[in-house]
Amino acid sequence: MKTVKVFGPGCNRCETTVQLVKDAAARLGIDVDVEKVTDAKSIAMAGVMSTPGISVDGKLVHAGGLPDVVKLENWLAA
Amino acid sequence: MSIEVTNPAHPSRPDWRWHLGVAAFVTLWWLVYHQLIPVSEWVTSFFPIDRHSHTGEAIAFFFYDVPKVMMLLTLIVFVMGVVRSYFSPEKTRALLSGKRQGVGNVLSAGLGVLTPFCSCSAVPLFIGFVSVGVPLGVTFSFLIAAPMINEVALVLLFGLVGWQVAVTYLVFGLAIAIVAGFVIGKLRLEGWLQDWVRDIHSGANATASLTEEHLSVVDRYKLGIEAVREIFGKVWLWIIVGIAMGALIHGYVPEDLMVQIMGADAWWSVPVAVVMGIPLYTNAAGVIPIVEALLGKGAALGTVLAFMMSVIALSLPEMIILKQVLTLRLIAVFVGVVGTGILAVGFLFNLIF
Repeated sequence: MKTVKVFGPGCNRCETTVQLVKDAAARLGIDVDVEKVTDAKSIAMAGVMSTPGISVDGKLVHAGGLPDVVKLENWLAA
Repeated sequence: MSIEVTNPAHPSRPDWRWHLGVAAFVTLWWLVYHQLIPVSEWVTSFFPIDRHSHTGEAIAFFFYDVPKVMMLLTLIVFVMGVVRSYFSPEKTRALLSGKRQGVGNVLSAGLGVLTPFCSCSAVPLFIGFVSVGVPLGVTFSFLIAAPMINEVALVLLFGLVGWQVAVTYLVFGLAIAIVAGFVIGKLRLEGWLQDWVRDIHSGANATASLTEEHLSVVDRYKLGIEAVREIFGKVWLWIIVGIAMGALIHGYVPEDLMVQIMGADAWWSVPVAVVMGIPLYTNAAGVIPIVEALLGKGAALGTVLAFMMSVIALSLPEMIILKQVLTLRLIAVFVGVVGTGILAVGFLFNLIF
């Protein structure tokens, strides 16, 4: 079970990112718990300056813009 | 558990095809762009009305301006998307941290234009900057320049009003961002941040450092295309509505009326324009076509420019977002300083032109 956090105040791109993460995890057959972090303070505390940001098991892997699907699978599989 | 990795939707094409594709697109763009006037006249000729009537004028205006603006936007947003891929908030922050007032404000305003920025991440970005020691005033220069000077505003000004006004907007927009940030820095208002922001500031939280992603030129093209898709999704409706309104003004509003209300002689028109701009929240796409039509009817350039800057740079929703990190007093100072800058630009232009 991996814990994935998606950081973003709830704009369209953040919702899309959540879906991308879920899709990628389903394709890889990895069990993930996706949590949306929408509070500005928590987003900032995680070190994310441009949203959406993604962390996998506490490690920040992406910030700003939609993630590349191939890269996303690599982060999840790692 | 079976691991099944499907290929992404687009199998990677060799790089040269991408370069060729981009070159072909730009050539085609150029050819079509130069045929817009005959095409719009041709389309207008299908309407059963006199070409030189008010309605005829309005229709021709609409069918010429909509495709023109859409085409200009596509090209410039793509180019800016590629350019922006060389910048990131993280790199910008590294460049700005510890910079002094003055030089820092200039650099910050410039980077504000080039760094990818979405107003939805204004708060995390603000904290990210302040927490590593980017001075408050320098951070403000960034936050003023980033939304105010954007390619949508510049393209629309260039396409609808003329390059002189676009350049003027760029130069004075930057000037306002630099000076306003500098003034806010001089006032030393760090104490007026919300308490929790100050705590992060002093604690300098361990910011996770992202490993720098290597991007190929093709990756950057893709980012450019992504930018075009995103911006179009946001502004296409605004552009059509804005240009339609502009067309109506163009065709129907009497000139004397505009000169009286928004002409250079009416000194009070500049402050009124600024105040009116604050609660109005549209992006540049909706305002500029209207601005163009107003100018054509004799509204003064300074008044119109002030209105536009106010709509874009001083918006109520943005202030509500910033309320999370700034106290009301600090927001008031922000609005006061930026508003004064916009007023100054408005009056200056009405004097000069």
